[in-house]
Formats: sequence, structure tokens, C-alpha cells
Amino acid sequence: MKILAFAEQRNNKLKKTAFEVVKAARTVADQLKAEVVALVVGDSVHAIAGELGTYGANRVLAVEDPRLGKYSTTAYAKAIAEIAKKEQAGIVFLSATAMGKDCGPRVAVKLDAGIAVDCTALRVDGADIIASRPVYAGKAVTDVKIHSPVKVFSLRPNVFTAGTGSRSTASVEKVPLQFSDEDFSTRVIDVTQSKGKLDVAEADIIVTGGRGLKGPENFNIIEELAGVLGGAVGASRAVVDAGWRPHGEQVGQTGKTVSPSLYIAVAVSGAIQHLAGMSSSKYIVAVNKDKDAPIFQVADYGIVGDAMEIVPAITREVKKLMGKE
Amino acid sequence: MKIVVCVSHVPDSATKVNIAGDGKSIDKTGVNFIISTYDEIALEEALRLREKNGGEVVAVSLGGDAHKETLRKSLAMGADKAVFLKSDTQPDSFAVARGLADFIKEYSPEIVLVGKQSIDTDNSAIGCMVAEMLGWPSVSVVVKLEISGGKVTAEREIEGGHEKVETKLPCVITAQKGLNDPRYPSLKGIMAAKNKPIEERTPAVIPSKVEVLSMKKPSAKSAGKIVGSDVSAVPELVRLLHEEAKVI
Ligand SMILES: Cc1cc2nc3c(=O)[nH]c(=O)nc-3n(C[C@H](O)[C@H](O)[C@H](O)COP(=O)(O)OP(=O)(O)OC[C@H]3O[C@@H](n4cnc5c(N)ncnc54)[C@H](O)[C@@H]3O)c2cc1C
Ligand SMILES: Nc1ncnc2c1ncn2[C@@H]1O[C@H](COP(=O)(O)O)[C@@H](O)[C@H]1O
Repeated sequence: MKILAFAEQRNNKLKKTAFEVVKAARTVADQLKAEVVALVVGDSVHAIAGELGTYGANRVLAVEDPRLGKYSTTAYAKAIAEIAKKEQAGIVFLSATAMGKDCGPRVAVKLDAGIAVDCTALRVDGADIIASRPVYAGKAVTDVKIHSPVKVFSLRPNVFTAGTGSRSTASVEKVPLQFSDEDFSTRVIDVTQSKGKLDVAEADIIVTGGRGLKGPENFNIIEELAGVLGGAVGASRAVVDAGWRPHGEQVGQTGKTVSPSLYIAVAVSGAIQHLAGMSSSKYIVAVNKDKDAPIFQVADYGIVGDAMEIVPAITREVKKLMGKE
Repeated sequence: MKIVVCVSHVPDSATKVNIAGDGKSIDKTGVNFIISTYDEIALEEALRLREKNGGEVVAVSLGGDAHKETLRKSLAMGADKAVFLKSDTQPDSFAVARGLADFIKEYSPEIVLVGKQSIDTDNSAIGCMVAEMLGWPSVSVVVKLEISGGKVTAEREIEGGHEKVETKLPCVITAQKGLNDPRYPSLKGIMAAKNKPIEERTPAVIPSKVEVLSMKKPSAKSAGKIVGSDVSAVPELVRLLHEEAKVI
């Protein structure tokens, strides 16, 4: 039995989720007495792929083609499915990122496999994997089991922790695969990345600002706190709709669903659609001037008060703490 | 231009979820159902494409009889026709995609628009599955779409940025918020919808590959502690985060 773990790279750098997927595959494989085969797809990626061995991959494969340097849904899906077939992998793991959510369903169709998307927990029960996945924007969680011979799981980023790689690096096997032009019927022609900005879906700490901040100019206090914590800036829908912040930062039912270790909600009331996207965070802090704001009902720690005073004070205090260490 | 929009019929986002007696689904009592948020955006984009290029917009939904309400709403927004693929079982994404793809293959539109995710099961799978079944290209989570002479340029949202993707018709596009602002159905549209046809079909529904074993509410967080009510509480808050929660 083999588990194929698709390890995502962008710009020839493995993503954090690549390690998470390999590590999660290792954990499951140990219980199923299976082998973990990691796969990296890209232009010239063999040099970066060996590190996956340290997270538990028994073997590391690289599929390379100059045209794979940028993502293509059709070509990447083909690469993953072809390798799964070649290796006779019964289980395929991907991460539930923009890339994994895009090509995962295609891989499932190619392998005639059932797919469990955006899993937040995996449990081995005999020879089966039971996956937990949130539905209704996190207002409920289902346990699902896949019955097809091949099974595909995509794992929510940031939930399965990779830790640090403690094993030895693997040698990387390059697997030749032929691609036709038709395989690149979709091609990425340009990528615009906000420089150095961490996405809420990937961040371990998120500081979110809401309408109570009164205007976009006051988001500097949110950015500063996120900055000292090494976290990302999030936004409620009210501030996105008002045009204060980009939609990519929106947390909630029609934004992103996040599960960071620490979520700080500032001047956010805690509407049901917002809670849906963040209530699975490990720790929640709320700063709101209204002691009856619903956000306090899900918060582990709260301060009732004016965000404009409290937030800069938190930033100063965190800086002090970090200075000490 | 022949355009297909796939719409799902889902609980309103403000719904307080309660688990039904079967322990596997939600209790539908008193729940208000709507056309899924992103499907509304997909439909709006379809209507704009038709306004620009002429042609026909067909809304299609697979599910139980209640889905006809959502099709009726799609007609009220401006779809020309509706196709109801009746299925009384609870098919998984694979089976839904198969039913939709079979219909699409027969109708052979130039473009298929779906939502980036259905706000009930949150699978984000149908669009790319349908594309794969049809052997078509696709672009998912699209916030900007341009089509000229069979060439498609779309911008999709990725972590911390955007990808500009080039492809060609026929293709599948999955709509993300930001693509457009969906219109409200006009009174005229609502009246006209009453006379528009909903064609009912029985799709071949393949057995589900994914079985839902159980559904639960996430363990409710109990309200935590209010550390204080002014700036003086900040040092204690930071200490708790550092020493008790150990998150900073
Ligand atoms: C279909 C649908 C989907 C939706 N999806 C989402 C979604 O994805 N994400 C989302 O966030 N919302 C979503 N919403 C909107 C949601 O219902 C709320 O309207 C929204 O979350 C409110 O944003 P807010 O908390 O920033 O603003 P408000 O509700 O206006 O809250 C502002 C808060 O700031 C506090 N405040 C004011 N001044 C200060 C101060 N000086 N210091 C401290 N606190 C202060 C107030 O006490 C208040 O609690 C959706 C709604 C619908 C209908
Ligand atoms: N039962 C259905 N009938 C028609 N379209 C559907 C159905 N379920 C999902 N879709 C479409 O597929 C998109 C993605 O759904 P999902 O993969 O379930 O998250 C939705 O936004 C709809 O456009």
C-alpha cells in the first residue's frame, strides 16, 4: 500500500503545506503499514525535493518540464494522476490550497476516486481512513469515509502540523512524463503576489479588523500588531464591502475559513457568518467596546475597550516581551 | 453563445445549524433556502455574457424537488431556461458532477459557469470535476473574466495574490466573490419567470463514493474570560497568551 503525497511548490520553493501533507501521510502510513511517496511537480524541482524525506517520505519523485514552472490545472492533474497510477497508490494526499482545490477534483475523476476536500482530521479505523471535514462554513463537522478503490484527501493548511523534519533527506527520482500542448490548455501567464504579505489562509496568527475601526486609515494599528506577531491581517465583510481592505483578507462564510493558533478580532461584532470562518481557531482574543458583542462568546480572552487604545498597547507589550527573550 | 450555469440549493448563510435525527445531515425545519452565494455570481456573469454576445443562459440544478425553487429564482434573475435533474438520493460530488456533465455534453454550451463552492457542503469540487469529465479546461476561483474570440483570460485568487490564466472555449469557470455584483430579480423578471419552462429530467445517478458517517456541531467554545476593560488589562492579556495559551 502506498500513499502519494503531492507536495506543492511555488517559485521553486516548497510550501509549508507540502511538509504538512507529507507528515500527515507519514502518520497515517505508520498505522496502515504503508509507504509514503512524495511528488513534486515543476520546472526543475529535484534540487528542492529531497527535504521531504526528513518529514517522512520513503521516496521522493520529481516530474519536471519547463512548462510546469507555472501552474496549469490540466498538466498538474495529469502528472499527479499518472504517478498515482504508476505507483499504484491507493491513497492520494494534497493540500486544500488554491492549487490543491483546483487540481484535486480532476485527479479524483482521472482515478475514478472519491475525494474528501479540506479535511481537518484523519483517523485510521482498521484499514479505513475516516476524515473529518467542516461543512456549512464550519457550523458543523462531518466524518466521511471513501469507498472507491483509490481515495483522494485534501488537507486544510495549518491544521496538520509538520514540526521539523527529523529524518534523513531522500534521494530524488526524476520520473519522465510526456506532455502534449493540449495538456497545457490552461496556463498561468502571470502571477501577482502582494510582496511579503502572508495570506490569512496560511497564517498561524491573524489579527482581524472590523467596521468599528471607523476607516481604512486606522488599519495601521492592525498591521503593526500583525507585523510584530509575524501574522496576517484579516478583515470582516463589512470592511471589505466598504472597500477598506481587499477581499483576499476577508474571513468568514463568504471569505476564508481559517484555523490559526491565535485569532485576534478587533472591533468585529462576531456575526454568525464571521464566526463560521474563524471559530475553529485554537485561541481567540476579542477587543470590542461593547461588552455584549457576540464575539466575546467565542473568545478565550477579551478586553472591553477602545481598539484605538488597546491595540497599540498590545503591540508595545508584545514588543517588550520579545525584547526580553 | 450557449451558456450553462449550475446552481445549488442551500441554506441561507444566516442559518443556525441543528443536526437532524439521522445524525448525518442538518435539520431543515424552519431553514430558509437560497441559491448558493457564488452561484448567484456565476449566474450574473452568464447574464452579462449573454447581454454582450447574445445567446441563451440555461440554469441547471441536480437534487430533490425543492431545487425547483432555486431554478425559479434563477429564471427570475434572467436565465432563459431551467433544467431540473431530479434525484431523490443524496449524491456525492462525483455523482452530482457526473449528472451535470452528462447534461452539459448533450447541450454542448460554449461555457459553463459554477460557483467556486457550494455554501452547504463546501466541497469546491464540482466545477473542476465537470471540466475533467468533459475533457475541458477550467479556471477556478475567478475574480475577473474576459472572453474574446474563443480566447479566455481569467484572473483567479490564490494565497496572497492572483494568477492570470489563459485558456480557450469551451471551458468551465468557477466564480468567486469580486467577479461582479449580482443583480436583484426585478418584478418583471419574477413575473416572467412564472412562464418560463423548467424541464425535468432523470439523470443517471451513479453510486456515491463518499459516505457521510456522521455530522456534529463543533464542540462549542465556552465564553472565555474578560481580562479587563481598559489599557491596564493589556500586560495580563499578553502574559496569558504567552504563558497559558503559549501562542506568542
Ligand atoms: C450571505 C452573507 C455572507 C456573509 N459573509 C460574511 C463573511 O464572510 N465575513 C464576515 O465578516 N461577514 C459576513 N457577512 C456579514 C455579517 O453578517 C456582518 O455584517 C459583518 O461580519 C459585520 O462586520 P463587523 O463585525 O466588522 O461590523 P459590525 O457588525 O458593524 O461590528 C463593529 C463592531 O465594532 C465595535 N466597535 C465600534 N467602535 C469600536 C472601538 N472604537 N473599539 C472597539 N470596538 C469598537 C462595535 O461594538 C461592533 O461590535 C455576511 C452576510 C451575509 C448576509
Ligand atoms: N446539486 C447541484 N446542482 C447543480 N449545481 C451544483 C450542485 N451542487 C453544486 N453545484 C455547483 O457546483 C459548485 C461547487 O459546488 P461544490 O463542489 O459542491 O462546493 C456550486 O457552486 C454550484 O455551482
